[in-house]
Amino acid sequence: MTTMTTTPPDTVRRAVPGPSLARLIGVELRKLGDTRAGRWLLASIGLIAAAIVALQLRFVDDAGQTFSNFFTASLAPVALLLPVLGILSITAEWSQRTALTTFALVPRRERVIVAKLAAVLLAALASVLVSLAVAAVGTLLAGVTGGAGDWNFDPALAGHAAVFQAINVLIGAGFGLLLLNTPLAIVTSLLLPTVWGILSAMISALHGPARWLDTSVTMEPLLGPDVTAGQWGRLGVSLLVWVVAPLAAGTVRTLRREVH
Amino acid sequence: MITVKNLTKRYGPHPAVDDVSFRCEPGTVTGFLGPNGAGKSTTMRMLCGLTRPSSGTATVAGRPYRELPNPGREVGVLLDASAQHVGRSGRETLTLAARTMGVDADRVPAVLDRVGLNPVAAKRRVGAYSLGMRQRLGLALALLGEPRVLVLDEPANGLDPEGIFWMRGLLRDFADRGGTVLLSSHLLREVEAVADRLVVIGGGRVVAQGGKDELLAGAGTLVRARDPHALRLTLDRAGLDATANADGGCVVRAESDAVGQAAADAGLVLTELRPAGGGGLEQLFLTLTAGASTKEAVQ
Repeated sequence: MTTMTTTPPDTVRRAVPGPSLARLIGVELRKLGDTRAGRWLLASIGLIAAAIVALQLRFVDDAGQTFSNFFTASLAPVALLLPVLGILSITAEWSQRTALTTFALVPRRERVIVAKLAAVLLAALASVLVSLAVAAVGTLLAGVTGGAGDWNFDPALAGHAAVFQAINVLIGAGFGLLLLNTPLAIVTSLLLPTVWGILSAMISALHGPARWLDTSVTMEPLLGPDVTAGQWGRLGVSLLVWVVAPLAAGTVRTLRREVH
Repeated sequence: MITVKNLTKRYGPHPAVDDVSFRCEPGTVTGFLGPNGAGKSTTMRMLCGLTRPSSGTATVAGRPYRELPNPGREVGVLLDASAQHVGRSGRETLTLAARTMGVDADRVPAVLDRVGLNPVAAKRRVGAYSLGMRQRLGLALALLGEPRVLVLDEPANGLDPEGIFWMRGLLRDFADRGGTVLLSSHLLREVEAVADRLVVIGGGRVVAQGGKDELLAGAGTLVRARDPHALRLTLDRAGLDATANADGGCVVRAESDAVGQAAADAGLVLTELRPAGGGGLEQLFLTLTAGASTKEAVQ
């Protein structure tokens, strides 16, 4: 224990460059899976996708057991967990108070935010790969057990699914950045769209705006292979409200916040 | 080197830190002393770019902290040992920091060993650590980037006496090799043994600063007489500024020569007359920060 000197502080050293963005993204990716809670969350994303395929093998009629169907069905439950992943990646820094170390090592906080967003986006894309993988396993099994086992697949659907999951994780990250509090962000991100959905169904004056602002409506076309220009437009408008605005306001808040 | 200039932080109208200035030179340990709530932590957070000052500047190695390209390689920071993810192992906590700073992964086990966390402890989750172990982990984190400056907020909290002794040795060694250490505490005894310089803060303001010996020397003379009451009267009559001790003695802000002469003139029998020393510094610390701590107690 005494063999290593504390440090040679008096030696003249060359300037050490700051961490590259790639290095910061690597660190943030590692943080997603290096705690028990994080590992469970990632594992449950895989497990829930697999479970959905298993349920389809058991309960859906043989003709419906196709690669496309397996894939599409696995997206929705994963989409419920991705916002939680997005939220936790941001809020854990504050609830666990690791922001103190993180921002002491990287005082330019915007770089940490960008790295975190990139890390959760990569995780969302990886979840699409998991969905493709479990769908492939399901299709193979369906072929054996007498299901259709049809491999017909429009690649555009995979692209749309990637956009779909990326939006889900970013909605979570946006609420996380804005509220900086885990339970508050989770409840808000689950509750607000639902409340908005109920209100817009109840109040006729909101029917019109809902077509442009309700993400459950505007994101639905992404679960199929064909998305029209109008649908992209309405999706874009709803994302301004649910992704861009929280991300922007949350970034400002995080940059200014005092770290205790 | 650390330079703090006219640093002020206001929360609403209330100044938590009020026009604080001091310097920490390479090769020295500076003790940052004050009661809880005096503004030590806020000053240190401003120094490390975590809190925006209302006015004033703070620089480390000549640059504001936020402008250091890779601050972990210049400044080792330990502001709160409890601020670690409870679900991560000690080793993982250091590995993340090592990757962020671009420090060789080999340094993680070496620095863990340096602070006395064995491989078994390193693998455990931080949630299972005692406060003392968290302090050691925090110190490991601060030393990881081989910095030239250490900024440590109450690092002795939760350490046992052996741990405190060990830490003093480590900090002394760091400074003797040319490093700069800023170390805060609300306990005078804790920093007295290791610090070269003291900055005493109370109610957000620097109330005294200077070399430790200089402050000790300025702390006056301890005097005790058979008749304490007569002694007080005599000292007052001689115009000597005296503060009564808890155990019947007086600390006088004057040389022992002047105190002895005043006593002799009054025909008093002294039972003790000596430079106040460490006890005097404690007295000084208590007097200087009395207002602040009373204010804190009322808040």
